[in-house]
Amino acid sequence: MALPVAQPVASDLKRSAISSGASASPLLEIRSVTKRFGSTPVLSGISLDVAEGEFLTILGASGSGKTTLLRLVAGFEQPDAGEIHMAGQRLDTLPPYRRRVNTVFQQYALFPHLSVFENVAYGLRVQNAARAEIPGRVTDALAMVKMSEYASRAPAQLSGGQQQRVALARALVNRPQLLLLDEPLSALDAALRREMQMELKSLQREVGIAFLFVTHDQEEAMALSDRIALLRSGHLEQVATPREIYQHPATAYTAQFIGQTNLLRAEVKHGMARVGVLAWPCASGDGRATFSLRPESIQLAATARDGLPALSGDTARFTATVRRQVFGGATDLLELDCSGLTLLARVPSRGNLEGAWEFEFAAAAAVRVKEEGSRE
Amino acid sequence: MTVRLRTERPNDSQSRWLPTYAAAVFAFLYLPIVVLIVYSFNGQSVGGFPPRDLTTHWYRVLASDDAMWDSVVNSLEVALAAVALALAFGLPAALALDRVKFPGKQLFRRLVLLPLILPGIITGLSLLMLFVAAGMKLSLLTITLGHGTALISVATTELFAGLQALDRAQEEASLDLGANYWQTFWRVTLPNLRLSIVGAALLIFTLSIDEIAVSFFLIGRSNTLPLEIWSRLRRGMTPEINAVSTLIFGFSLITILVWYRLRVRGRVVAEEIA
Amino acid sequence: MYSRAYKAAVGIPPLAWVAGFLLLPYALLFAYSFWQVGAQQVIHRWNLGNYRELFDNPMYLEVLFRSMKIAGAVTAFALLLGYPLAYYLSFRSRRKELLYQLVIVPLWVSYLVRAYSWKTILGSDGVLNTLLQYVHVVRHPVESLLYSPFAVVLTLTHIYTPFAFLPIYASLEHIPRRLVEASEDLGATPARTFLRVILPLSLPGVLAGATFAFVLSLGDFLAPLLLGGPSGIMISNVVVSLFGAAYNWPLGAAISLSMLVLVVVLLSIVQRAERKLSFG
Repeated sequence: MALPVAQPVASDLKRSAISSGASASPLLEIRSVTKRFGSTPVLSGISLDVAEGEFLTILGASGSGKTTLLRLVAGFEQPDAGEIHMAGQRLDTLPPYRRRVNTVFQQYALFPHLSVFENVAYGLRVQNAARAEIPGRVTDALAMVKMSEYASRAPAQLSGGQQQRVALARALVNRPQLLLLDEPLSALDAALRREMQMELKSLQREVGIAFLFVTHDQEEAMALSDRIALLRSGHLEQVATPREIYQHPATAYTAQFIGQTNLLRAEVKHGMARVGVLAWPCASGDGRATFSLRPESIQLAATARDGLPALSGDTARFTATVRRQVFGGATDLLELDCSGLTLLARVPSRGNLEGAWEFEFAAAAAVRVKEEGSRE
Repeated sequence: MTVRLRTERPNDSQSRWLPTYAAAVFAFLYLPIVVLIVYSFNGQSVGGFPPRDLTTHWYRVLASDDAMWDSVVNSLEVALAAVALALAFGLPAALALDRVKFPGKQLFRRLVLLPLILPGIITGLSLLMLFVAAGMKLSLLTITLGHGTALISVATTELFAGLQALDRAQEEASLDLGANYWQTFWRVTLPNLRLSIVGAALLIFTLSIDEIAVSFFLIGRSNTLPLEIWSRLRRGMTPEINAVSTLIFGFSLITILVWYRLRVRGRVVAEEIA
Repeated sequence: MYSRAYKAAVGIPPLAWVAGFLLLPYALLFAYSFWQVGAQQVIHRWNLGNYRELFDNPMYLEVLFRSMKIAGAVTAFALLLGYPLAYYLSFRSRRKELLYQLVIVPLWVSYLVRAYSWKTILGSDGVLNTLLQYVHVVRHPVESLLYSPFAVVLTLTHIYTPFAFLPIYASLEHIPRRLVEASEDLGATPARTFLRVILPLSLPGVLAGATFAFVLSLGDFLAPLLLGGPSGIMISNVVVSLFGAAYNWPLGAAISLSMLVLVVVLLSIVQRAERKLSFG
C-alpha cells in the first residue's frame, strides 16, 4: 500500500523499534498507577503492559480515565502512586520532552503559525537533528501519510482529515518508541473515519511502532487493535484480544459495552441453567449466575416443532413472539418476547417475521460473566 | 468566531428611534473633537462662536515651538519605556495567573488589577511617597516608573485574555515533540500571542502619552506633553493647543487604523478556506 | 506540569513589582495618614487626628457627598448613553466593527483637550450659548453653564461613556443570537425579548461599566479643576491641594486611603453581585 518512497522510512522505524529492546519483555510497563484530581480518584492501581510493535487500544466511556492514562504516559500528568517504565528504564520521572514517546492529539494541535513542512520538522529542529537530514526526513514522513503536495500550506487551509495526517507525520518523523493517539478520529465523519481507520492500521504495520490508542468507540477498537484494554471508572475491566473480549467477556459490563448482548440472570441447579422458560446445560457450579448471550447466537430453529422448549444435545430451544423487527441491511434485529423475558436476536434478513416462532441457541454461546452486586 | 445571523425584521417604530439615538450619542462623543479641530484654524486667539478668519497660523506657531516639541519627545521616550516595562512584567504576571497555582492567587489578581480602576491620583500619590522615602528626585524616570506601574495592569489583562484563547494542546504538542519549556515559550507561545502583545503595546503607548493623573505628582523638571499643555492652559488658551491636539488625534487615528488592518489581515490568513 | 524553575521565573517578577510598587506605596500611604504636619515638615507621631478631622469638619463630608452625587449622575448618564449604543452596535448594526472603533477613537484624544473643548462649548460666548440665543430660547447668555457641577457632570459623562460602553458591548456580544431567536419563536415581541433575555444576560457588563464610570469619575480632579468652579470642587481636588499649596500630606494621605478603602469595598460588593448575576 505504501509508495516506494516511503519504504526506507518504514523499515528505518521498524529497525529502530526492534533493536531498542529484547523482544520478550514489554516495551511499556504501567505498574499500579493511581491518579487523583483533588480527592477524586481518576485511575486506581492500573497495571498494563504494551508489547513492542503492538496496537493496544484503551477503550472506555467518557470519564473512565482513558485520556488521563495517556497523558500520564506522555508526561503531562504525574502519577500519585505507581511507576511507569519504558524499555527497562523509569519513564514517569522524565519531563515530556525527554521521553521517546510522541502524541497525536485529539484536535491535532498543529502550530498555526508554521507551515505543514515546519510543523513536521518541529521535533527535529528542537532536538537539534542534523540540519542536512531534516528536509529528507520531513519529505519522507509527509509521503508516508500522503500529504506531500501540502508541504507549504498553512494548517488552517487543511481539512480535518488532512490535519490529522500531518499530526501523524509530525509525531512519527521523530522515530518514537511508542506513539500515543488520543481519540484522533472522533472529529471525523463516519465515512472518512472508516477510511482513516484502515490507513492507520496499515501504517502501524508498516512502521512497526507500538501504538497506544484511546477511543470510546468499541467498533473502532475491535477493528484496529491487537489487544483491547477496557477501562471503567479508573479500573481495568478486561484486557484481551478483540475476539477474546467479544466472545468471552469477563464481566457483564464488558459484555454490554462491546457489541450488543442479552444478559440472562439464571439459576444453575444440577448442571442446568434456568431463567424463565429458558433452560440449557451448564457446567458451572450451582447458584445464581449471569450469562451473556450475543444476539447473533439466537437463530430461528432449523425445523419448527410444536410444543414446549426441548433440548437437543447442546442446543436450547424456545418459543417467542417477535415484538419488533428492525431492518439492518444484511441482518435484522428482532426484539423477542419469550414468556415475559425480552431477548434480542440478530438473524439474516428475511421478510416479515410477525408472530410466534421457535428459536434456538448453542449452550456454549451463553458465556458466564461476573456481575457487580451478585453473590458469586 | 461569531456566526452572523440575519433575521428579517419588519420596520417597527422601535428600530427607527434606536439608530437615531445611537447617532445622537456619537454626535455627543465627537462634538468636542470637531470643535477642537475647527478652532485650531481660528484666526482669533480667544474663543467665540462662530470662529472667524480661518488660518493655519497656529500650526506654524506650533512648528517652531521648541518647548512643545521637547515635551513631545519626552512623552515618546516615557511611553516607549512604559511599554517595555509593562510588557516585561505583565507577561509573566499573565502567565502566572493563567497557569500556575499558588497560595494567595486571588489576592494577587486583585492587586494587579487595582491600578486599572483606582483613580490615578492614588497611584500617583502613593508612588510619590515611595520616591520621597527612597530619596529619589522627581524626573522623567519617576514618571516612567509611575506609568509602568499603572499600566502593567493593562498589559496583564490583555495578555491574560490572549493566553486564555490559546490552545493549550499546542504547548503540550511542543513539549511532546522534544522542546523544553523555554523553547516552547519562544517557538509556540509567543508567536501565538503576537496579536495580543501588539494590541497591548499600542494601548499602553496611547495611555502613556495621554497620562496626566499619575504624572501630575511625579513630574520633575521635564514636562511630558499633557503636562506641558496643562501649564499652558493655566496661562490661557491659545488655538496652538488645539493645533497640537488635532495632530495627536490624527496620529492616533492613523495608529488605530493600522492596528485594525493588522488584526483583520491576521484573521483572514488564519481563516483560509479549509 | 510546569517545572519549579518555570513557576519561579513567571511568578517572581510580578510579585516583586506588586510588593515594591503597590504594597509598599500603599503602606506608606497608610503610615502617612496617621502622622501630622507642623512647621513645614511632617511629624512622625502616630495619631488619629487626620481621621477625626475628616469626620468633624463638615466641609470634607460635604465635598465627599457632592463628589458621590456627581459620580452617581455621571454613571447614570453614561449607562443611559452607553447601553443603547452598545445594543444598537451589537444587535442592529451592519458595520459594528467599524462603529466600535469609532467609539474608541475619542479616547485617544487627550482628556485635557477634550475637557477644554467643553469650556469652549459651554462658555458665555461659546457654541451652546450662541445656539440657544440664535433659536431664541434665551435672550442673554446663560452664565451658569460653565463653572458649575452641571459642567463637570457633562464633561465627565462625555469622558466616561466609552468606559461604560466597552464592557456592556462585550457582554452583549457574548449573548448567543440563538437565544433571541428562541425567544421570538416562543412568541415574545422584541421588547419582551429584550427585557426577559437580553437585559438579564447583559447585567454583568452593565455592572462592570457602572463601576468603572463611578469609581473613575469619583476620583477625577481635572474636570472639576477646569470647569467646576468653586461649587464644583470634588474630593480629589481637595487631595491635590493638600499635596500642593495647602501642604498637608498626612491629611491628604488620610483622604486618599479612605478613597482606596471605599473603592476596594465597592469592588468586592460588585464582584459578589456579579457572581450572582452571571449565568456561566
